[in-house]
Amino acid sequence: MKRFFINRNFTVGFILSIVVIGMAVLSFLWTPHEVNEMNARHRLQGPSMAHPLGTDQYGRDVLSRVMAGAVVSIIVGLVTVAIGVVIGVLLGLASAYYGRFLDEAIMRLSDLMFGFPAVLTAILITSILGPSVINAMLAIGIFYIPIFARLTRATATSEWKKEYVLAARASGIGEWHIIGSHILPNILSPLLIQGTIQFAVAILAEAGLSYLGLGTQPPHPSWGRMLYEAQTFMEMAPWMAIFPGVAIAWAVLGFNLLGDGLRDTLDPKMVRMR
Amino acid sequence: MSRYFLKKLITLIILLFFVSLTVFSILFVLPGDPAQIILGLNASAETLANLRAELGLDQPFWTQYTDWIFGLIAGKSGNSINYGVPVTELIRSSLSVTGPMAVMAIFFAVMLAIPLGIYAATHHNRPGDVTVMFFSQLGLATPEFWLGILFILLFAVQWGIFPAGGFPGWDVSVWGSLKALILPAVALGAIRASILVRLTRSAMLDVLGEDYIRTAYAKGLKRRTVVYVHGLKNALVPVLTILGLQLGQLLAGAIIIENVYYLPGLGRLVFQAIGQRDLPVVREVVLFMAAAVVVVNYLVDFAYAAVDPRFKLQ
Repeated sequence: MKRFFINRNFTVGFILSIVVIGMAVLSFLWTPHEVNEMNARHRLQGPSMAHPLGTDQYGRDVLSRVMAGAVVSIIVGLVTVAIGVVIGVLLGLASAYYGRFLDEAIMRLSDLMFGFPAVLTAILITSILGPSVINAMLAIGIFYIPIFARLTRATATSEWKKEYVLAARASGIGEWHIIGSHILPNILSPLLIQGTIQFAVAILAEAGLSYLGLGTQPPHPSWGRMLYEAQTFMEMAPWMAIFPGVAIAWAVLGFNLLGDGLRDTLDPKMVRMR
Repeated sequence: MSRYFLKKLITLIILLFFVSLTVFSILFVLPGDPAQIILGLNASAETLANLRAELGLDQPFWTQYTDWIFGLIAGKSGNSINYGVPVTELIRSSLSVTGPMAVMAIFFAVMLAIPLGIYAATHHNRPGDVTVMFFSQLGLATPEFWLGILFILLFAVQWGIFPAGGFPGWDVSVWGSLKALILPAVALGAIRASILVRLTRSAMLDVLGEDYIRTAYAKGLKRRTVVYVHGLKNALVPVLTILGLQLGQLLAGAIIIENVYYLPGLGRLVFQAIGQRDLPVVREVVLFMAAAVVVVNYLVDFAYAAVDPRFKLQ
């Protein structure tokens, strides 16, 4: 563990992310006020002792809602990365192993997806399936499949050609066994690095979709949706437009730095390309 | 060289064919009958059937698709269900908003990112570099729409220098229209710049470590000449490529930022059209956006060949 914390990116990212995760976990047990509790007398109040981040247009406590919003963001991050990793790794392994046609098809399909405004496709998908946080996760997750497929393919193809794999095959060990015991462990750290970064991207994407009304539906708190609601009351209640945004930037910064730190530590050879 | 570009042109056409097919199929399965939406819930079955026939909605998938695509090739654009005008007209008018905004955003991003990237690379690991990288990391984590909202809060609500949203139209007020586009363009550009600055920095660092840079120093050239003439020219190649790829991201960002500022641009057009099931508009705007992205990247390849002499040898 020590070698990770020598890295500045990792340490800062770790602290920032832990705060977000801690906030989400805490929100299950305790929030300063009930998340959806409306209170007409306390509408649009500025930050105070009772409401550290102020209240919104229904008198709901912004801090409690920011805390509960962290849960949505983390779930979206986890689920979308899981969709990308599970399907992407399978496709990547298959394309590295079977090659040719499947390989070509997957590569061209991912070219198509990379060149296209992702938000636009996500909007199309959520409007077909109906706006909800589940469909938003699907829309984001679909974009992760080619990312992880390409990553897996690149690593797996080079591993397949190595001599120790050849030796294992020559000694009659089954292919799936080779994949499990030799190929997969080598993909693990690039997957971990990419997964952390895509986790951050998913938080941004969910916020954008929810801002457009296509993600998390009210009254459930989501950082993106809170910013949308804040825009109407910006003159009276500027705090509503500030804190949910800080939460998004904080979380994304945290997981981005964590990913950078993991990359620096686990894979010093990998050139930073972003 | 020319064979390479011919090959690229063919892939480009095939790619656009697939995009058109994908968009068409997605919209084909989209729930919500456009005829029902136009006529409302009280329409009789007969008038519904008539309108469906008129719009060609009763035809099988392939007939509808080929009708549409051959119509486009012949220069015949579909009519918007909502506005009753050809989609090309809608695209033209919304492009007069999104186009200048995108150009301003890219201009701002390049003007900010390239000097800062060079600065960071030439001050590698010193406080200046760390500061630039810190802000770019912050920029990467900031959603465009939130930056847009913060700008409204500061420049419109607090100081009243810029409008909070809306677009007067170029024929009404050129200055007013320009002012309406500045905040969204800067918000879009600042986020693009965070990516570009990292790229410029790493490309510059790579280049500055090359032998020919040492040679240039050794023959007694000034530091400025070495950095800007020998260094920058070579570092720009990868930066240019990514700049082309960024266009897709920029259009995606435009969808959200145009909603923040209520701008009647391409992004808002397509976003509203999806909500209203105005299929002819969605189809053609999406195809147009995809074509824009693909064609720009094709042109970037040309520019690439122009700046990189090694390319001609391949």
